Amino acid sequence: MTGKDEAELSGLLRAAIAGDERAYADFLHRIAALVRGFVRRKIVQGGVDPEDVVQETLLAIHVKRHTWRPDAPVLPWVYAIARFKLIDAFRRRGRRIEVEIDEIAETFAEPETETVSERDINRALEGLPPTQRSVVSSISVDGHSIGETAARLGVSETAVRVSLHRGLAAIAKRFGRQ
Amino acid sequence: MRTEDLIKALDADARDKAMPLGKAWWLAAGVAVAIAAAVFFTTIGPRPDIMPAMHTMRFMSKFVFTLVLATSAFALIRVLSMPGASTRRAMAWMVAAPLLVVLAVILELFVVPEADWGKRLVGTNMMICMTFIPLIGIGPLAIFLGMLRYGAPTRPALAGAVAGLLAGGLAATFYAAHCFDDSPLFVATWYTIAIAFLTLLGAIGGRLFVRW
Repeated sequence: MTGKDEAELSGLLRAAIAGDERAYADFLHRIAALVRGFVRRKIVQGGVDPEDVVQETLLAIHVKRHTWRPDAPVLPWVYAIARFKLIDAFRRRGRRIEVEIDEIAETFAEPETETVSERDINRALEGLPPTQRSVVSSISVDGHSIGETAARLGVSETAVRVSLHRGLAAIAKRFGRQ
Repeated sequence: MRTEDLIKALDADARDKAMPLGKAWWLAAGVAVAIAAAVFFTTIGPRPDIMPAMHTMRFMSKFVFTLVLATSAFALIRVLSMPGASTRRAMAWMVAAPLLVVLAVILELFVVPEADWGKRLVGTNMMICMTFIPLIGIGPLAIFLGMLRYGAPTRPALAGAVAGLLAGGLAATFYAAHCFDDSPLFVATWYTIAIAFLTLLGAIGGRLFVRW
């Protein structure tokens, strides 16, 4: 967390808000790495998957980016959101931590078990209406562009953008609440 | 879904823009004032002798209290709804309104003979006061809680309580133009109870509805 990081990251987010999509992807990648480090340091006992918190934080940063003042430093804003989401994750799973200890022990015993399929975000994704779900997974998991997704689904690009926006907002809201 | 994949989706949604929170707060304040004014003027309205009343210290002091409360609460709720923003200065300003009321009460106790204290405190309007401050303030409170959902308060119950103080300060400003009880003893008692009710309601609302 140097002053250089701060200046570069706030510069990237300012550029992103001004419409530079590459700057936004760059910003999100770097923020993901920072938040991952922060969350991993904070989670010392099991029950909460750090990567779930990273994803929830990124979603919150995305849907709440209008709460950042472009003349304010960006890192205190990012870490305040990450801390809030981390506390939320602990609170949500607080009751389950004890119950899950056995399962965690099993997971450790079988290192080949892939946890990706059990991500909270997938559960939130599955809860979406079909159109939003296919748009969001086409762009994220399959890596298609807005245009490609529109062609594949046979709808307009505007419709794809609307579904993507609503889908992401819904995921951010439902995240981990099922 | 890998984090990598999520970033692709977020990036594709970058074009969508929401109104900056700071601007949205001013808009919400305007709407809240309009709602409070509409409720006030269609129900109780200003007192008939408002023009001569405006030349008295006691009448005008009520607006100083309520406007200082509303202004400081507005400043605080704005920073509370922005993650990572420093709240210390705005928090410190929250003592201004209570401090002014306490000073006014002390002055009043010096000026008014002890035999009249009870009469001034009870006044003639306490039921109207305790009914109409919440009634005028409830619409603005809903707006402010909605704004907190639009923002990102990391302390939702506290932010909700401040929403209640803001709605209370705003409602009391209008109500003060109606009320004949101008004594700081009356204001310190009944206005405080009415505003505390909105504050409690705001805290509960913040806790239950402000999730993000």
